[in-house]
Amino acid sequence: MDNERHLDGNALAGLFHDVFGREMTHECGCCSHCGAMNQLGAAWVFRAAGDVVRCPNCESIVMVIVQNSDGFRVSFESLRWLQISA
Amino acid sequence: MAGAALPGRLNWLIARATEIIEETQRVRSIVLDCPGWPGHLPGHHIDIRLTAEDGYQAQRSYSIARPADDEEVVITVELVDEGEISPFLIEDLRIGDRIEIRGPVGGYFVWEPSRGGPLQLIGGGSGVVPLMAMLRARVRAGSDVPVRYLSSARSHDDLIYRSELESVSSEVEGVEVLHTLTRSKPPDWTGLEGRVDRVMLARQAWPSFTRPLCYVCGPTGFVETVANSLVSLGHQPSRIKTERFGPTN
Repeated sequence: MDNERHLDGNALAGLFHDVFGREMTHECGCCSHCGAMNQLGAAWVFRAAGDVVRCPNCESIVMVIVQNSDGFRVSFESLRWLQISA
Repeated sequence: MAGAALPGRLNWLIARATEIIEETQRVRSIVLDCPGWPGHLPGHHIDIRLTAEDGYQAQRSYSIARPADDEEVVITVELVDEGEISPFLIEDLRIGDRIEIRGPVGGYFVWEPSRGGPLQLIGGGSGVVPLMAMLRARVRAGSDVPVRYLSSARSHDDLIYRSELESVSSEVEGVEVLHTLTRSKPPDWTGLEGRVDRVMLARQAWPSFTRPLCYVCGPTGFVETVANSLVSLGHQPSRIKTERFGPTN
């Protein structure tokens, strides 16, 4: 993994807002690969044609967000759950 | 995305530049007046969107440099030579110009005096911007949270907010300001030298037994080194918040 390139989940705050309609960076998710629980703001983010969100513990891909002509397509890969506070 | 305000949507607002402060040769602060601004916390950032005449849009995030004050939003921008947005903000933007902004976002990396401390702020280059918002909030609130602020810059001339930090550190009790210079230093320099590493943090940062809240912001490599060193010195990962802004250029 190229450790010089990635950003934090916090950098996607605006995009998360577009996708989820709310502030998400302090919300917690659980990686289904290693079981680590982290706030989305602490995840590792690689930005390219789509935005790839990886677990900061095991680097598994937990989420990919791709913008297309209809909006956003979000795939949840190694994401066991995502807590969204009331 | 522009147009009617939709609930749950982060709407683009029109902000007007009211003041420009040249911080260093490559860094300036821009004071924006933004009608409808909902307020923010220290550490929050905004998205800025520029639209070219042909409709091409570019978007970038910038940390807010000052705590909330009515509808004012202040950003500090460093020139990135091949950037799409910073050359415009540094070289072309004039007082009275309007840009689109939205926010605040990034609640993961915020601090306010009620969260307590001690507070350890560590910034590389323009990574000091959100940390300065936290320090300014601490000073403005008259809080007694002890703060250590450590910044890393290439040279003395690249230190952002230098004079304000000098007066804060000499006048405000409980605030310690340290700078380290990585490339060149003036002959009479009495501050630190070299990159921030484990040895420097062991000597200059709050020791882990004081359980400080640590905020680290800068280029990815810088943040990586600092965060790993803090963990190896016994700091709790859950009390270290990081904000990386990509590779150094």
